[in-house]
Amino acid sequence: MKKPLKSFKKMRELMSKHFHEVYEASQDDKQKVAWCTSVGPAELLHSFGFKVYYPENHGAMIGASKKASEYIPYANAIGYSQMICSYLTSDIGAFLKGETPLQKAYNIPSIPKPDVLVYNTNQCRDVYDWFSFYGRKFNVPVIGISSPVNVGEVTENIINDVATQMKSLIPTLEEVSGTKFDIDRLKEVVKLSYECTKLWKECLFFGTHIPSPLTFFDYTVLMAPAVVLRGLPEAIDFYKEANEEIRQEMKKGLTAVPDEKVRLYWEGMPIWGRLRMLAELFYELNTSIVVSTYCNSWIFEDFAYDFDRPFESMAKAYTELFIVRNEEVKEKVIANWIEEFKVDGIIYHEAMTCPNNSNTRYGMPKRLQEKTGKPYLIINGDLNDMRLFSDEQARTSIETFIEQILENK
Amino acid sequence: MYYLGLDLGSTWCKGVIIDNKKEVIATSLEKTGYSFIETSEKLLDELFKKSSLKRKDITKIVATGYGRKSIEIADIIKTEIMCHAKGAYHYFPEKFILIDIGGQDNKIVHIGENGEILNFKLNRKCAAGTGAFIEESLSRLQVPYEKVKELIEKSDKDITIASFCTVFAQTEIIKLIKENEKVENIIKGIFNSVATRVIEMETLHGTVVLTGGVIAFYPFFKEILEKKANCKVKVPPYPQFSGAIGAALFGLNSEFHKKHQLVL
Repeated sequence: MKKPLKSFKKMRELMSKHFHEVYEASQDDKQKVAWCTSVGPAELLHSFGFKVYYPENHGAMIGASKKASEYIPYANAIGYSQMICSYLTSDIGAFLKGETPLQKAYNIPSIPKPDVLVYNTNQCRDVYDWFSFYGRKFNVPVIGISSPVNVGEVTENIINDVATQMKSLIPTLEEVSGTKFDIDRLKEVVKLSYECTKLWKECLFFGTHIPSPLTFFDYTVLMAPAVVLRGLPEAIDFYKEANEEIRQEMKKGLTAVPDEKVRLYWEGMPIWGRLRMLAELFYELNTSIVVSTYCNSWIFEDFAYDFDRPFESMAKAYTELFIVRNEEVKEKVIANWIEEFKVDGIIYHEAMTCPNNSNTRYGMPKRLQEKTGKPYLIINGDLNDMRLFSDEQARTSIETFIEQILENK
Repeated sequence: MYYLGLDLGSTWCKGVIIDNKKEVIATSLEKTGYSFIETSEKLLDELFKKSSLKRKDITKIVATGYGRKSIEIADIIKTEIMCHAKGAYHYFPEKFILIDIGGQDNKIVHIGENGEILNFKLNRKCAAGTGAFIEESLSRLQVPYEKVKELIEKSDKDITIASFCTVFAQTEIIKLIKENEKVENIIKGIFNSVATRVIEMETLHGTVVLTGGVIAFYPFFKEILEKKANCKVKVPPYPQFSGAIGAALFGLNSEFHKKHQLVL
């Protein structure tokens, strides 16, 4: 495998610092911790000075640690079904068992206790149920935004509705934080998030180069600051430095896989418990996954919608999000990225416990194949519950798919 | 010159030798057992015995199937979907939909007029509608597979077993037993269920080719599928050996790998 970039090491240090800061804040009465969904209104929370913790990031860590299947039964036993989000069940299961991957990764004894939990259902309803569990456990407020679903055009009405819901969070956040809301501070944070998004997009678009310097598997790691540190200057500094390093390494011939023969699109969630296995498989097959809906979902260009109206900008950014859009919009978005990243085919991951991130269930793969002429493969699996994934079946399907593409090239 | 194909499947391992005219010279079949290496050796012994050929007469050995990477004797390794497609196209050189029903996998492959794979899909991580489902159901009913054809011919009712899951399908079978349903009708229901699982995976039209162990052991399944899917189904000679024949054909035509320098 290729030599890792220095940015990966820096990112791990940055994440370590982040988790320690959030944990220490949870131990200090003067500091407040807000839990936020991964595409929730983080900017608003930062404007109040909260340390922000993202349970989905924790869920992904559990998945990558391959311990999800050990934790999920604990959540099942208290009534959370095997069929619902396995981030939720593995995270709650780990909590019930008194374990966290933060222990091994950063020597942090437990997840940080929240003072408030803030969700946005733009991605799914499960986040509400997930946060409600912890709201009851810690006896803290659970507040959030109920986003519209299957959104076509993001109209002014929708923006106003979501922005109004965001504004309605202010009194609770003021009470919990003990800080008066400051719109100028929010404007600053939204601008920081926008800066982060621009740099993250630049980083992702290195994948348009042939051969690609990075793949989906690199981006699932590099994306962490765009998810958990957006709205903070650290994220901007990180991507400035990382992008520069990647540019320099590209000049020296950095490529993600040797002799890139096939370029693919990954649609759907990462299979966290099999990232290494899949990365090695694609590497052996001289195949780069150069673009993914998942990593690209943290490009929020609409933060720049109107810097003087930060709520409306946030509302637009978080409702332009891929996952909350209707099939027509999603298909257009994917078709554009197929063209822009010059891919030879699409792999759809049908995650059994994540219907909202599985775009295989309403005929999209066939429609997109007809529209773009690009072949597709569907892999059945899951984000965290590896009992739902068949290594051998996936391996055979992927190898055949690559053979199919090469034979037809 | 001779080419040897090994299809090391989840339930059965199949071996074939073809000559340079693409004619099948010998076939051999072994239960997969616990060691792909030992099973491959048995296959080779039988193939050489049947063909009177020796190892030195074989130009290329090509392995496919789940165990393809577990043996060291193969010169080339190919995925089973490619091999099944090539094996079936050898007998039906036209555009068609291939259905291969094996021990644990159902494969549906769209093959273009030049033999290229246009699209393919496998069943989910579930044995419903596969050979394993039939085996488990017959075992529950204590009916040996040799008696199935005779019993099916006596059936006078089209029962449908609707469950997606092999385990739950067994509970449906128990319900039928409890209701004193005739065994021949239950068995027909089992095969109807396999056909239903297949048509749930893909809309069948045009030429449909059926291969794999299920059609080899139960040739009457062709009619059941034709009736359910409302289409004509073709079955090649040696339907269970289609993957092994395809593998041997890849040996004969191994330029593809030289061209792409791939080791799969």
